[in-house]
Amino acid sequence: MTYRLGVDVGGTFTDVLLVDELSGATWRAKTASTPSDQAVGVLNGIGKVCADAGIALADVGQVLHGTTVATNAILEGKGATVGLVTTRGFRQVLQIARSYVPGGLAGWIIWPKPEPLAALENTVEVDERIASDGSVVRPLDEDDVRARLASLRGHGIEALAVSLINSFADPAHERRIAEIAAEVLPGVPVSLSSDVLPELREYERTVTTVANGYVQPQVKRYVETLSGKLRDGGVAGELAILRSDGGLSSAEAAQSSPVTMLLSGPAGGVTGAVWVAEQCGYSDLITFDMGGTSTDVALVQGLAPRIGRETKVGDLTVRASSVDVRTVGAGGGSIAHVPQLTRALRVGPQSAGAAPGPAAYGKGGTEPTVTDANVVLGYLPATLAGGEITLDVDAARTAVGTVADAMGLSVEAAAAGIVDIVNENMLGGLRLVSVQQGFDPRDFALVAFGGAGPLHANALGKLTGAWPVIVPPSPGVLCALGDATTSARSESARTVLRRFADLTAADLAAILRELGGEAGKRLAEQGVPDTDQTVAYQVDVRYHGQGFEIPVEVTELGDAALDTLAAAFDAEHERLFSFLLTTDHELVNARATVTGPRPGVAATELAASEGPPTPIDTHPIHISGATVEAHVYDRVTLRAGDVVSGPAIVTEMDSTTLVLPGHAATVHPSGSLLINPVREG
Amino acid sequence: MARIVETATAPVEKVPVDAVDPITLDLIENGLRNARYEMDEVLFRTALSPGIREQHDEFPLIADPSGKMVVGQFGLSIPDFLDGFDDTVEEGDVLLTSDPYACGAAISHANDWLVVTPVFHEGRVVGWASMFGHMSDVGGKTPCSMPTDARTIYEEGVVIPPFKLYSKGVLNEDALRIILNQVRMPDWNRADLNGLVAACRTASRRVVEMCERFGTAVYLSALDALLQRNYDAMKVLLATVFEEGRTLSFTDYICDDGVGYGPYELTLSLTRRGDKVHLDFTGSSPQAAGPVNYYINENLTRMFFGIYMITVADPQILWNDGFYPLVDVTIPDGSYWKPKHPASLNGRNHGIGRVFDLFGGLLGQTNPALLNAAGFSSSPHFMYSGHYSSGERKGEWFQLYSIGFGGIPGRPLGDGPDGHSLWPSFVNIPCEYLESYYPLRIERWETVADTGGAGLHRGGNGVDVAYAFAEPGTIAIHDDRWLTYPWGVNGGTPGARGTKWIDRADGTREVLPSKVHDVPVFPGDVLHFVTWGGGGWGDPLERDPELVALEVRRGLVTADGARRYGVVLAADGTVDAAATATLRDELRASRPAELPVFDMGPPIEELLERCEAETGLPAPTRPRWAAADVRA
Repeated sequence: MTYRLGVDVGGTFTDVLLVDELSGATWRAKTASTPSDQAVGVLNGIGKVCADAGIALADVGQVLHGTTVATNAILEGKGATVGLVTTRGFRQVLQIARSYVPGGLAGWIIWPKPEPLAALENTVEVDERIASDGSVVRPLDEDDVRARLASLRGHGIEALAVSLINSFADPAHERRIAEIAAEVLPGVPVSLSSDVLPELREYERTVTTVANGYVQPQVKRYVETLSGKLRDGGVAGELAILRSDGGLSSAEAAQSSPVTMLLSGPAGGVTGAVWVAEQCGYSDLITFDMGGTSTDVALVQGLAPRIGRETKVGDLTVRASSVDVRTVGAGGGSIAHVPQLTRALRVGPQSAGAAPGPAAYGKGGTEPTVTDANVVLGYLPATLAGGEITLDVDAARTAVGTVADAMGLSVEAAAAGIVDIVNENMLGGLRLVSVQQGFDPRDFALVAFGGAGPLHANALGKLTGAWPVIVPPSPGVLCALGDATTSARSESARTVLRRFADLTAADLAAILRELGGEAGKRLAEQGVPDTDQTVAYQVDVRYHGQGFEIPVEVTELGDAALDTLAAAFDAEHERLFSFLLTTDHELVNARATVTGPRPGVAATELAASEGPPTPIDTHPIHISGATVEAHVYDRVTLRAGDVVSGPAIVTEMDSTTLVLPGHAATVHPSGSLLINPVREG
Repeated sequence: MARIVETATAPVEKVPVDAVDPITLDLIENGLRNARYEMDEVLFRTALSPGIREQHDEFPLIADPSGKMVVGQFGLSIPDFLDGFDDTVEEGDVLLTSDPYACGAAISHANDWLVVTPVFHEGRVVGWASMFGHMSDVGGKTPCSMPTDARTIYEEGVVIPPFKLYSKGVLNEDALRIILNQVRMPDWNRADLNGLVAACRTASRRVVEMCERFGTAVYLSALDALLQRNYDAMKVLLATVFEEGRTLSFTDYICDDGVGYGPYELTLSLTRRGDKVHLDFTGSSPQAAGPVNYYINENLTRMFFGIYMITVADPQILWNDGFYPLVDVTIPDGSYWKPKHPASLNGRNHGIGRVFDLFGGLLGQTNPALLNAAGFSSSPHFMYSGHYSSGERKGEWFQLYSIGFGGIPGRPLGDGPDGHSLWPSFVNIPCEYLESYYPLRIERWETVADTGGAGLHRGGNGVDVAYAFAEPGTIAIHDDRWLTYPWGVNGGTPGARGTKWIDRADGTREVLPSKVHDVPVFPGDVLHFVTWGGGGWGDPLERDPELVALEVRRGLVTADGARRYGVVLAADGTVDAAATATLRDELRASRPAELPVFDMGPPIEELLERCEAETGLPAPTRPRWAAADVRA
């Protein structure tokens, strides 16, 4: 049983990647997604890929899965009806939502306020109170709890969330309410805020707990169905689900805290990019995943993705660790327009989406999109390798022509403008994860994937100075690759609000070891023995009185632990904000992350080059105001060490790579293209 | 007048505005916008004082070499600032002031610290980066430096004249030491000031990067083109929106000034003649005796006006000063808007907020479909401070500063959110944070049913936060709209007014005025700080009865309050359709056929007459212009 399966379910396609752990050989399958029951598409894909590889389903040791079931439940508003229990006086915690209104001055005029995930009519208050130090101000009135929970009967409650004030300091009341709920509302799953997120800040803890309950029934149903079907289909191995932070959790763990897997999908792309970059010998990279409607970017340092403490899905922000992926509303389908008033060229955030899509797709789209601009400029040849899709160049020209007329430019100049603007918008995203976090993008490689990423990657390399630009083989199935190459993980966290002056190194060590013990135990229950576990400690620190914390790794637990930690925090503060304060440090949250071993998946190796590669075609492209002939290459014909000099276009089944003049792509033995500027002289 | 020292003396060969490549223009516009948000981010994350840290009370700006704002939110007047600064400005200098009277009201009270830095590239000034933030304490006689009875700025803490905080990159430590010696929480001010400087330096770096990328000449020409773009867009808008020669006018109020006078009338008129509009504050009350004056400058007025105009037309446009020549502004000397030095200014937050209602009411008259009701047009402040009397922290000073939120008005888009902020990116301080850091407990934090004005789109409810104190100390409050109503529009009714009271530990109740400081509190006392609701929008009798019933189940409207919508509920909470139809008919019959555009509640005279009976507070005295002050 040396086979691992990576499975990524997207909106349109389900990608399955089978890896032979010993040889590194891979097989890929792409099947249509089945939104009504995603498990069907997954099983189809698995069947297909195993048939291709000539193995039995029983030979698959592990199925590793990035899923968007939880994400979609939130985006589509189709989660469970959640009942919420709060402390008396705080029923409207989600209604008030920290009083925050997005947008600038006058932004309130046009802001549609989203409805809370737990409706007010399904929210009840109970009589109890715990102080911030954990002491009991008013004991829990159990009769009141029973009466309040009983009042929720008949409301169709499918999940119950309990979030009491200061429960991070003492979970006793929440736990008792869970016991009572089991009697009064039998069969309704209960999420306690002291389990889901034992951290200070009642709104964030409540919304995270409610989100957990909101997606739980769907996730549970999906995971159970998929596990069952895999078993019935003869797959003997375990099902593991990718967490938002890029680690894997067992199917059971995913069901109890589904809020930790809201960004399971994008996390797969980032872990896949890490694997690809590592094969090419790069450990610091920025990922650049450009799709039809949006672009996701993330920063990876030392092969470890930066982990953020927030997860954002649509309007919803919850406190759960996730790969720090930033999304920019710019993609191949983004629509260009020229507001009459200002005559400025704007691209996005409106998108033509999959339907009607760009004008060039000939499915009824008439508005000029980024894809249409690429077609006009010749970057997307009308007949792609394989000839599966034919692009309508005339339709693209007509669409882009509307922008050209409005601005008084030629069609080519307007198209170039659209591409420049969308690149600039995406550069904004790349800056968010790099310069704005104190990282110089020139110290990083840029890994480009997603349907449109490789087309814009070279230009983004020029704008950021991030070289090389790495275009992985089959950029479309990178998520599945990520699923197949990451390791099991578990995390425990807690708020420990204490100034360093009131804290000893021994206290810190004890807290972290206890958290590590909890997380390790959970991982052991998922089948990862203690001896295979690696623990990492992280704390959130700030200067006493600050409103934001900076996460800092704890690298030593000895007597000097606090000094080391303070120094590490100061260094990070200096890097981010270019100054230090003499105010005392304060510990806010402590976390332990326990990780299982990384799977040993061997890399594939391309055959060595046998001389300069042969283009399959030449194609005129417009660049910097001139028309030049670009060589067109079929990616499957490229060999290790081949050099493709720009201007050139490299086509493959699911993507097209543009190599600009003055740049060259070298084919790495692992199959990736490495684009670099060509040194002059 | 500042003398700017540049080592490069050759002029930059700019290209004509219409020769700037349009794509480059858009790229630079985007780069400026990103730089401005980066400034916010740097400051938010490093600030220590609650005013900036949680409430985000700060405003950034990037200007062209002449000081015109090319991106930002508040039109700080850098030219006015430089006019009053009698010194050189060199590379590496960082200028600081907190004196509104020394910078042409670029800032409007001494709590705001304004940092201005020149941006140098290759020996010449290519722009300015500037930012101001509200310091939670700048000394003076009350914690948080906002004495509600101040009659001069000298009572409002340290007032810093414009000076070089950094001279050629070197910090003036002595000056900073003297300033920080005046304030109660020097760590806060130091951190916030560091953040302001770091943010300006970040912006400077971004501007220099753009000069390197596009060339200084192209960059500067692009700024001209961006200014021109605003000018051109506004010219078209003004001609489309405002009738030639027709004067629009609107009056709203500040209820009182903290020392017994009020309400202050805030009047604004607008007339378009040809390409230009004229905004005129004539008719407004004289300057206040107490600290509620809002010293505003002409450019800030233009900025507020522009926000309502341009954002609707092209929300992605970059804000700048380009359209300012199209707007003439008259602000009478000695009025509420332009008080004479040394008038007190600290409580100008009500005036800033009310500007939103004022412009909303004024400009909405051109198109009632775009008219919002009156809303949460202030930032009510609450302060609590003292020394711990026992426990581990005995003797330690605590000082809380927080901003409250209330009902957003009913809008053309829909209901006004309950208990939210009109201000961008403001957030409340979590209960658990307050209880962890201050000797208090929050007993209740909920919006109050029926406080939002009734309407087809309901006004947002105000909020009741009940603070139970655990240590002796003093509290201070800055609030308004306790006397005049947040008005409703297009048939919507006004929202409820704000109230504050203390339930003392001995069972007595004490009603507090809306502006007060140094009120002693003791363990067991509970303060209820109840903010006002937003006005309603549209005819309440048109609101879906099922939605009204749902909101009753949600506790946002009471069964009694449902009757304001003409909705009658049965005992089980469901809509009694027949009774509802009858009640709606009755209500329709008893009101005018044509509903008023504005419903401001009873007239001022009546409000004053009933003041004590309704609010438990004495009626203020109406302010009058002295005959000598009234300008011909």
